[in-house]
Amino acid sequence: MKAKIIITPKKAVVDPQGKTVQVALAHMGYTGVQAVHVGKYIEIELAAGDREAARQSIDAACHKFLSNPVIEDYHLEIE
Amino acid sequence: MHFAVIQFPGSNCDQDCVHVMRRVCGQGARLVWHKDSSLGTADAVLVPGGFSYGDYLRTGSIARFSPVMQAVQQFAAHGGPVLGICNGFQILCEAGLLPGALVRNRSLQFRCEPVFLKTATSDSPFTNQIPADRLLRIPIAHGDGCYYADPATLDRLRANRQVLWQYADAAGQLTEESNPNGSVENIAGVCNEGRNVAGLMPHPERASEAILGSEDGLLIFRSLIHWLDQRRAAAA
Repeated sequence: MKAKIIITPKKAVVDPQGKTVQVALAHMGYTGVQAVHVGKYIEIELAAGDREAARQSIDAACHKFLSNPVIEDYHLEIE
Repeated sequence: MHFAVIQFPGSNCDQDCVHVMRRVCGQGARLVWHKDSSLGTADAVLVPGGFSYGDYLRTGSIARFSPVMQAVQQFAAHGGPVLGICNGFQILCEAGLLPGALVRNRSLQFRCEPVFLKTATSDSPFTNQIPADRLLRIPIAHGDGCYYADPATLDRLRANRQVLWQYADAAGQLTEESNPNGSVENIAGVCNEGRNVAGLMPHPERASEAILGSEDGLLIFRSLIHWLDQRRAAAA
């Protein structure tokens, strides 16, 4: 079983990495790019077990440690 | 007075803090390893700068779960003064002891230079000896020093006068040019609602001796020593 977590900066927080990548894409000729948000991806390998219990446990870890709710949002998937 | 200086793997301003407290301020100071679960005898806690745990995941995010941080939380909950400098500020925010968070500098550059700080209020253990309108010349050295708090938190910070220091120009104006990292409202340092926990990105321990170009940082440490002296006198 795997937990896949995508962490992105909250929309209200300035994301200088996203802005810089957006500008670079424009310089390279990629048109139609309206916004870029740079975040991080975390993959956690889990022992086989109850899927819902794993979700609740990792969700708590996301809130407490893996993301900072003041500045970041996260999306968690268990597969 | 006894100062406990917390030492994490990756701290690099810990010895500077001990040096300034002992040799310049004539106080007792010792290092407390992050795995210790007790602070021992301590009148105040300094959480120094550096790159604890390599800044992995987020600055301060791993250090805040070190065993010693439970002791720091308890010390703060009982009204003990705690000052976080640079990475120490980031750790205290991650620990929820201070509001807001520090994110990547807007320029994406690591900034290492002296700045001017305006002290917003003398009403704190960390600013009571700083004369009104006296700008502090203190260096910064950070890549993640952009202070962020959501609008509701900022309202509370203003209402409670929890902003202690702001980046200013040489005339004391809070301009965009004098803001080295994009911090909201030029905020360089804040305190908690109880006013006994504070953090700032600039390094007062690097500006506490004339040979280093500025002694302005001493005003912050002397404020803390003065506050501790007053508290001890009041208790006696």
